[in-house]
Amino acid sequence: MADLSSEFIGIKSPNPFWLASAPPTDKEYNVRRAFEAGWGGVVWKTLGEAGPPVVNVNGPRYGAIHGADRRLLGLNNIELITDRPLEVNIEEITRVKKDYPDHAVVVSLMVPCEEGPWRDILRRLEDTGADGVELNFGCPHGMAERGMGSAVGQVPEYIQMVTEWVKKHSDFPCIVKLTPNITNILYPAKAAMDGGADAVSLINTINSITSVNLDTFAPEPTIDGWGAHGGYCGPAVKPIAMNMVAEIARNPETAKLPISGIGGVTTWRDAAEFMALGAGNVQVCTAAMTYGFKIVQEMISGLSQYMDEKGISNVSDIVGRAVPNAKDWQDLNLNYVTKAVIDQDKCIKCGRCHIVCEDTSHQAIWMHEDRTFEVNDAECVACNLCVNVCPVEDCITMRELDLGEIDERTGKKVEDYANWTTHPNNIGASCG
Amino acid sequence: MSTNPSTPGIAAGRLSAAQVASNFSDLHPPLTDHEARVAADRCYFCHDAPCMEACPTSIDIPLFIRQISTGTPEAAAHTIFSQNILGGMCARVCPTETLCEEVCVREEAEGKPVIIGQLQRYATDRLMARGGHPYARAASTGKSVAVVGAGPAGLACAHRLAMHGHDVTLFDARPKGGGLNEYGIAAYKAAGDFAQQELDWLMGVGGITCAYDQRLGDNLALDALQAEHDAVFLAIGLAGVNAMTVSGAHDADISAVDWISDMRQSPNKTDIPVGRNVVVIGGGMTAVDAAVQAKLLGAETVTIAYRRDKAAMAASVFEQDLASSKGVRILYNAAPKSLTADSITLARTETRDGKLVETGEEMTLPADQVMRAIGQTLEGAPDILALENGKIYVNETGQTSVDGIWAGGDCATGGEDLTVTAVAEGRDAAEDIHNRLMGKG
Repeated sequence: MADLSSEFIGIKSPNPFWLASAPPTDKEYNVRRAFEAGWGGVVWKTLGEAGPPVVNVNGPRYGAIHGADRRLLGLNNIELITDRPLEVNIEEITRVKKDYPDHAVVVSLMVPCEEGPWRDILRRLEDTGADGVELNFGCPHGMAERGMGSAVGQVPEYIQMVTEWVKKHSDFPCIVKLTPNITNILYPAKAAMDGGADAVSLINTINSITSVNLDTFAPEPTIDGWGAHGGYCGPAVKPIAMNMVAEIARNPETAKLPISGIGGVTTWRDAAEFMALGAGNVQVCTAAMTYGFKIVQEMISGLSQYMDEKGISNVSDIVGRAVPNAKDWQDLNLNYVTKAVIDQDKCIKCGRCHIVCEDTSHQAIWMHEDRTFEVNDAECVACNLCVNVCPVEDCITMRELDLGEIDERTGKKVEDYANWTTHPNNIGASCG
Repeated sequence: MSTNPSTPGIAAGRLSAAQVASNFSDLHPPLTDHEARVAADRCYFCHDAPCMEACPTSIDIPLFIRQISTGTPEAAAHTIFSQNILGGMCARVCPTETLCEEVCVREEAEGKPVIIGQLQRYATDRLMARGGHPYARAASTGKSVAVVGAGPAGLACAHRLAMHGHDVTLFDARPKGGGLNEYGIAAYKAAGDFAQQELDWLMGVGGITCAYDQRLGDNLALDALQAEHDAVFLAIGLAGVNAMTVSGAHDADISAVDWISDMRQSPNKTDIPVGRNVVVIGGGMTAVDAAVQAKLLGAETVTIAYRRDKAAMAASVFEQDLASSKGVRILYNAAPKSLTADSITLARTETRDGKLVETGEEMTLPADQVMRAIGQTLEGAPDILALENGKIYVNETGQTSVDGIWAGGDCATGGEDLTVTAVAEGRDAAEDIHNRLMGKG
């Protein structure tokens, strides 16, 4: 069986599946249960300054987007950082780490944007045995209003400054957790790197309103008739998160910066995809909050089976495997021509491929008298919409035209690789 | 010892009232909101959907299911009722397995269609439970139409005519309206007196006057109706039963149609006598309805004897399986040969060169009751109307051979003898009558 043991910025764990800083890692009780269930590490829920802890709302903290059978697709929260006293958390972290020396325990931190408070909190952690710290520059609600969380993460200069303080006042491996509520993830990632961060983790939650109650006209979750935007996470955010991970991994300046991938990881496959795009490990929250800690067992068995089938012996060999293939649009081969093909044996004749092509695309699928559906190669631009809306797996596939084959739509032969940068329609290219 | 399934002969009260009540509850319990959402989510919203094509009333099934999935079952009900005002009953009695659900693409994909019938019931129940009536009548046209027969065709026709502003008088030979919905179909398909509830709700449109115990050719004359009304629609159903001569005499050789009718009118059904051993002759829905209900009333053995093979049986495979699941035995290729006072002898048959022939083998079954369910015939049709294949001839818009008289439902030519077909014919005839009366036809 494949070896799932993981080392991320020097922090060892039995597997690359960590629980993200969030409610599941707020207490010793939960974290012990997580380790017993098989999780490789945790990022302890964000600690704040000593003194009176923050308070949470006492109405609903979460809102959700559901599928038809109430499958939870996206979760939104307005919970703040830990609302338990710092001393209690420090004691618990120390006890847990002592009992689980082989598991990763990283502590998430968020204090005011001044050097003193950061120095102080780092000192409080020195004797806990924690493996590292994660700087919470991502939380988009509540704490951001107080100049912390994503308010820091949205200003690259602040990210760099605080990261420098952390590196200056401690030897902890330092992960900077990034907010996706920005225009270009490369700026905050580079700022973290320039500040001396050992790694970045992303994404934190996305600013969101999950729904509006149409009887009371209040955003949900609703607290006494009002709602505030919260942080969105869960399966729905995975594509957004993966792109941001890939952007950092494929950017030459940040390519060597280790990444802890976060955002909708629910199965072993999600984890493997994040890792292929450059994440050294993954952090999970919503899936655990939806199903409980046991899901990690499927992640472990699934990743093991995949690695065995692919002959991959170490998880680090997955990391970044897809990065060389993540390109800019302008690099894509414009001479790669495909055509949709409908498998008549698999077709159940729902007609959706036809109607979406007819109404919203290129009028390239005929509906014949006998309710059979056929692609008109002379109109098909290979957009893939029919493949995507077809309810039957592998019923519609894309056939790649061979070199030299005629594309019936353009009447031209398929030629060798060429992209936009050299295309005759590209005025900029012809100058070269 | 009290009466029980093994009590010899014919007896009422073979099962406790509680057991009978349980046996005759809904065949498919109503869907909960969540069940309906999950079931609705399975619909692919097909383009030019096959289910819609298969529905005799052309209900926009993908649209109403999408309306359910977005939490607006009332809007879904409007979609249904706009095509089929008896959508509530059809949701219960339609053989969906041979109509919409048979052609559902998910039937093709995985052998499990979207449960269209149950979703239709969910939507229609929802709107009907709100009370009131969803349609307002158009301004009065001053025209009047006589509708004879308050079954599905008559009700659909009357409702559509009333909506268009005509005054309708709805006659029926029986003391109640509803036709086969009230007297003909199995009780477990229309539990809770649904036929009458639906009729009352339908009347909510206004403009319809009911006249019961009025039998055409008896105390109701067609020429008088023609004289008093601007148009006449006949939906008199099939009042007669097919004749079949079997040698010998049985003590309880009865019509399944009559037995079902009596049972439907009994409030708690424990007063309906049923044999210890019951043999039902026939192969259609009536045969299944009679056999299953005999079993549900506590008959010890119930056998359907059908002279042809399984594939030829008019009752759908679903209906056959339902009968089997309730403990009814179906004997295929078994034709009635002779009767004694308490038994029936069946001749085994086979098909040779396309012809049904007896094999020479026979079997004799004990039979305390023999129920005949071998089809119904037109009875009491006015002489002035042309017939075709034993039914009142109508053209595609429901006009008979006599100007000013339309007909639809089981008594008329065209379509299968189904509730939903009758509704479509009644509705379409109403539109034709409306066009004619308004000078558009």
